[in-house]
Amino acid sequence: MPTLSYHRPSSIAEVARLARDDPDAKLLAGGQSIIPSLKLGLLAPSALIDLGGLPELRGVRLEGRSLRIGAMTSHAEVANSPEVRKHVPALAHLAAGIGDRQVRNRGTIGGSLANSDPAADYPAAVLGLGAEIRTDRRAIPADSFFKGLFETALDPDEILTAVEFPLPERAAYVKFPQPASRFALVGVFVSLTGKSVRVAVTGAGPCAFRVAALEQALAKRFAPESLHDITMPADTLNADLHGSAEYRAHLIPVLTRRAVTQALA
Amino acid sequence: MSLQIRLHVNGNAVTADVSPDTLLVTFLREHQHLTGTHVGCDTASCGACTVLVDGIAVKSCNVLLAQVQGCQITTIEGITPADGSLHPMQAAFKACHGLQCGFCTPGMIMSAIDLVTHHEHASEAEIRAGLQGNLCRCTGYHNIVRAVMQAAPIMRGTQS
Ligand code: FES
Ligand code: FES
Repeated sequence: MPTLSYHRPSSIAEVARLARDDPDAKLLAGGQSIIPSLKLGLLAPSALIDLGGLPELRGVRLEGRSLRIGAMTSHAEVANSPEVRKHVPALAHLAAGIGDRQVRNRGTIGGSLANSDPAADYPAAVLGLGAEIRTDRRAIPADSFFKGLFETALDPDEILTAVEFPLPERAAYVKFPQPASRFALVGVFVSLTGKSVRVAVTGAGPCAFRVAALEQALAKRFAPESLHDITMPADTLNADLHGSAEYRAHLIPVLTRRAVTQALA
Repeated sequence: MSLQIRLHVNGNAVTADVSPDTLLVTFLREHQHLTGTHVGCDTASCGACTVLVDGIAVKSCNVLLAQVQGCQITTIEGITPADGSLHPMQAAFKACHGLQCGFCTPGMIMSAIDLVTHHEHASEAEIRAGLQGNLCRCTGYHNIVRAVMQAAPIMRGTQS
């Protein structure tokens, strides 16, 4: 790894100042993606600004009809949180399926979202529930957060502080994991709130995306049968040694049907 | 740039001056000479480097030492009772033939201790899923799962 400097600020204001003063610095959350990237030389920041010294960025809170999850809350904490399990069990289930236990103990929701790995699980939930990303300066709706491969709407010195999830009536997440890494070959998050249906897909494109055709069909009737005639075009989807674009396109409606069945159960 | 880090390793207070890119596993093996913690992959895949940070299992090849300042680190060397006998998880691995070459074993044992501590009544399926972050090239896993199931009630203190 290249030699770099390290800061562990004890206030958000100090994080903001350090990030502003050094445009080549990177924020460090749990480190489960950034440390491997540093080892591989995929990233060479001048400094790491560790958010680990900010307890205010951790924890889950129910606020009215939404669930606020601090950016530094680990996947294990989300998976085991009584609030999450009670109000959005699909989100607890998603968090419990990320990586493996050791990775879930360190990896954080904020880190995962800011990284926007094309096969990460959380982006599907954020988009599939219509969550809001809170930063040190604004609130970003999920629909305008994911911009592309490892690219988000965050400014380089912007600090993701929390995610606010509105509580759905029904929701489910189903993923087809790549068997070695447990990353999503394809993952589909479905939610129903009032008349509004959201279907968000991860693993299949450069970043998580919604599928209007599936949402419209389910808005007419929220049932797996509503999706029988729907096929997905493969042209823009990811292809790699684990699965072709056609295979991923095939999986999207299949997993959506399974997710709807689970959401109705 | 050098950083001063204070932490506890197996109950002992330790102060270290290290470069900020020092990994926890490098510090344990090369500075503390605690070579029971193994490096199998260095890519957060195999789990051989698993240690406990404040009682929670992490892959020490994927954590910077700077991130765990002030924490209590427990390695495989730190789990044996003072009289030199084996921890119940170690004894169960021995009794059930839960190891062959032994390379994965320290990480398996630390991971299994974390699993049983946080899920006292884990079922066989939950134990298999819970050990997904630890790879073993020798045993085929069955005896490892058996060992964890045998150790769990002993660790809970309901048998002895
Ligand atoms: S050496 Fe750390 S996970 Fe393999
Ligand atoms: S006993 Fe050889 S790798 Fe597990």
